[in-house]
Amino acid sequence: MRKALVTAAITATILNSSLVFAESETESIKQQLNALKKDYEQRIHALEARLLKTEENAKQANTKAQQVEGKLEQSNTSRSALTSRNNFNPAISLILDGRYGSFGNDPEAYELPGFALGGEAGLGDKGLSLGHSELIMSANIDDKFYGQITLALAEHEGATEVELEEAFIQTLGLGNGMTVKAGRFFSEIGYLNKQHAHVWDFADAPLIYRGLFGNSLIDDGVQFTYIAPTAIFLQLGSEILSGSRHPAAGRSNGIGAWTVFADIGGDIGIEHSWQLGFSHWQTNDIEGRESGGHAHEGGAAETPSFSGDSKINGLDLVYKWAPNGNPKNQNFKFQFEYFVRKENGVVTMLDSGPPLEKTRYNGDQKGWYAQTTYKFARQWQTGLRYDQLDSNNRGSDTDILAEAGLDNEGHTPKRYSAMLEWLPSEFSRVRLQYNRDKSYEEADNQIFLQYTMSLGSHAAHQF
Amino acid sequence: MFYQRIKIVGFGALLLSLCTNVADAQINVFACEPEWAALTRMLGGDLVKVYSATTAQQDPHHIQARPSLIAKARRAKLLVCTGAELEVGWLPLLLRKSGNGNIQPNSMGHFMAADFISLLEKPTVLDRSLGDIHAAGNPHFHLDPYRILQIAEALALRLQKIDSMNSALYQQKLLNFTREWNQAIAQWEQRAKPLRDMRIVVSHDSWIYLEQWLGLKKVATLEPKPGIPPSSTHLSKVLRQLKQNPADMILFASYQNDKSARWLAKKTGLPSIGLPFSVSDKENLIQWFDQLLNQLLEIGS
Repeated sequence: MRKALVTAAITATILNSSLVFAESETESIKQQLNALKKDYEQRIHALEARLLKTEENAKQANTKAQQVEGKLEQSNTSRSALTSRNNFNPAISLILDGRYGSFGNDPEAYELPGFALGGEAGLGDKGLSLGHSELIMSANIDDKFYGQITLALAEHEGATEVELEEAFIQTLGLGNGMTVKAGRFFSEIGYLNKQHAHVWDFADAPLIYRGLFGNSLIDDGVQFTYIAPTAIFLQLGSEILSGSRHPAAGRSNGIGAWTVFADIGGDIGIEHSWQLGFSHWQTNDIEGRESGGHAHEGGAAETPSFSGDSKINGLDLVYKWAPNGNPKNQNFKFQFEYFVRKENGVVTMLDSGPPLEKTRYNGDQKGWYAQTTYKFARQWQTGLRYDQLDSNNRGSDTDILAEAGLDNEGHTPKRYSAMLEWLPSEFSRVRLQYNRDKSYEEADNQIFLQYTMSLGSHAAHQF
Repeated sequence: MFYQRIKIVGFGALLLSLCTNVADAQINVFACEPEWAALTRMLGGDLVKVYSATTAQQDPHHIQARPSLIAKARRAKLLVCTGAELEVGWLPLLLRKSGNGNIQPNSMGHFMAADFISLLEKPTVLDRSLGDIHAAGNPHFHLDPYRILQIAEALALRLQKIDSMNSALYQQKLLNFTREWNQAIAQWEQRAKPLRDMRIVVSHDSWIYLEQWLGLKKVATLEPKPGIPPSSTHLSKVLRQLKQNPADMILFASYQNDKSARWLAKKTGLPSIGLPFSVSDKENLIQWFDQLLNQLLEIGS
C-alpha cells in the first residue's frame, strides 16, 4: 500500500514537470528515482520490522499484565478465605427420606421362614411414613486423620429415636496402601453392606441382608485395610469387632467378632469395570441373641434367644458399564451377592415354661440376590432384582425350632422387584418400586413410592 | 562355599539395586483430567509416567471412585487435578481409600491447578436451587492458554521439588515449553481474529475461559441452570430469543448429550459443533488447541 503511494507520488511529480528534458537527462533522473525508490523501500522494511517488534513487545507486556492481574486476584481471594471462620466446620450432609407403602398382607405379620429376624429387619409401616432422616458430618481432622459421624433419626412407636449409625476416625495416607479405621462403622463384608440405605438402588434391603444382618452389619471395632501396589486393584483387610450388635448381639467381653475380606477389581477397556469380593465374618461366643419368633395367633410371642458360634461366608460381584466410560447420561450395573451362614449352639425360648424350652441348634442358612440397574436418560433409571433364600436348620427339638421361626416350613423364600427412578439432579431422587414378595407362604404385593433427598455437602460417588 | 555366598549376596544386591532403579526411574503421576496429563508429559518428558483418570469423552464431575483408580492412586507420587470442586464427587474418597501419604491434601504430591490461578464466575450466592454451581468459581479454565502457562510454571516447580535430582532438566523443559507455548499463543491469536465478537450458544457454561480469550459472545445457554438438563420450555424460550436475536453457532462439549443442541440447530439453521473438551491420548496440548481453533474457524467462516 505504502509502496504504491510512493510510486504514485513520484509518477505524479514526473507527469507534472514539463517534458522539456533531454533524453540523457531523463535517463539520469530515472536512475536517481530508482535509487530513491530503493532507499524508501529499505526504510519501509525497517519500519515494518520495528512495528512488528513493538507489537510483539506489547503482547508480551499484555501477557505479563494478565498474569499479574491473575495473581493479584488470587491473593485477594486467599485473603478472604482466611478471614472466614466457617471453613473449618465439618462438611454437613442431611438426608431426607420418606415414603408411601402399600401392602397386600399385613406388614406386621411378616416372617422369613428359616431365618429368625432381628436388627432392623421388617417391612416398615403401611401408608405414609418417614424413613431414616440422616445427619452426616465429616472432615479431615488434621493431616493424619479423617472423622465422620452419622446420626439416624427414626420414628419408633410414636417416639423419635436417635441412632448412632457411624462414628469413626480413619487414617489419611498412612503410607504403603494401609488404612486404619476405628469406631463404629459399616462392616466391609459383602458389597452392599458398606453403603448407606439412602444410596441403595431399591427401597428395601435384599432378603439375605434382612435375614442374616437385620439389614446391615454395623459394629464397633477396628478395621485394617491394605491396598497392594499392583496394577489390578487388590484389597485385603480385617476387622476386629466388639460383637455387641446384631447378628453377634452377645454381651460378650472384649473381642466378640472378626472379619477378613479380599477384593479384586479393575477395568476392561474404558467402558467396563468390575469388582469381585470374598468375605468372612465369625464369632465364637454369642450369648443370647434375641430375635422375633413365630408369633402365635392371640398369644404373646416367646422370644427365641441363640447362644453359640456363628460363621458367615460371602461372595460379591459387581460389573458396571457406561458408554465411553461416562456414566452421566447412560450406564448399566449388575450386582450379585451370595452368603452362607453356619451356626452351632442352643436356642432358648425366653418367657416360656417353666421349665425353659431349649433345643440344640445347627443352623445352615444361605441366600443370594442379583440385581441390575439401567440409567437410560440423564434423569431416569430403572432396575430389576431377584432374591432367593434357602435354609436347612436342624435341632434336637423340631417343635421349638419351628416356634423360633427357624424351620423353613418347606418353603423357599423368593422375591421379584422392579423399580423406576426419577433423578432431577444429583441431590434428589423419587422412586417407584413394586415387589412380588414370596418371603413366606402367602405371596404379597408391595408398592413403594419413596423420595430421598440430600442437602448440603456433595455426596461421594463410590463404586 | 564362602565365595559362593558372597557371589549370591552380590548378585542379590545387584538385583535389588536394579529393581529400585527401575522403580525410581520415573515419577508416577496421577492426573484427574487428560489436559493435566498432557501438560505433565510436556513438562516431565521421560522423567514421568503419567496416568489420566478420565478421557476427553468423560465428564470429570460424574466419575466414580472405581477400583482401578484406587489402585493407580495407591502408587502415585504426584496428583495433578483441576480442583475448585470439579472432582469433589470422587477424589476425596479416592484419596482416603488409597492409603497413600504422598498425595494427601497439603502434601507435596497434591497439586490442584485451581490454587495457582484466578477463577471466573465466582458465585456470590450459594444455593443449590441455582443448579450445580461451584463455590470456588468456574473450573473449566484449561481453555485459557494464559492460565495454562501460569499452571505450567507452578507444576514445573512442583516436579523439581518432588524429583530434585532432575531439577535442572525440569527447568530446561519448562523453558522449552514456555517458548513453544508463547509462539503458539501468538499464532492462535493471529488465526482466531475472525472469531472475535462471534455470537455463540452453549449447552453448558463450560466455555467461559475460551469466550474470554477469543472474544466470543455467549448469547444463550441450553441448560436452564448448571447441571440441569434442558427442558422443552427453556429450549423454546431460547429458540424465541434466537429468532429475534440470532447467533452464529451452537457449541457443546463432545462428551455432553448433543440432543438439544442438534434440535436447536435444526430449528434455527445454525451450525452446531461438538468440540473435544480435552486432549485425546494421541495428541499434545498444542495440537489440541490447534484442532479446537480449526473446528471453530471452519464453522465460523
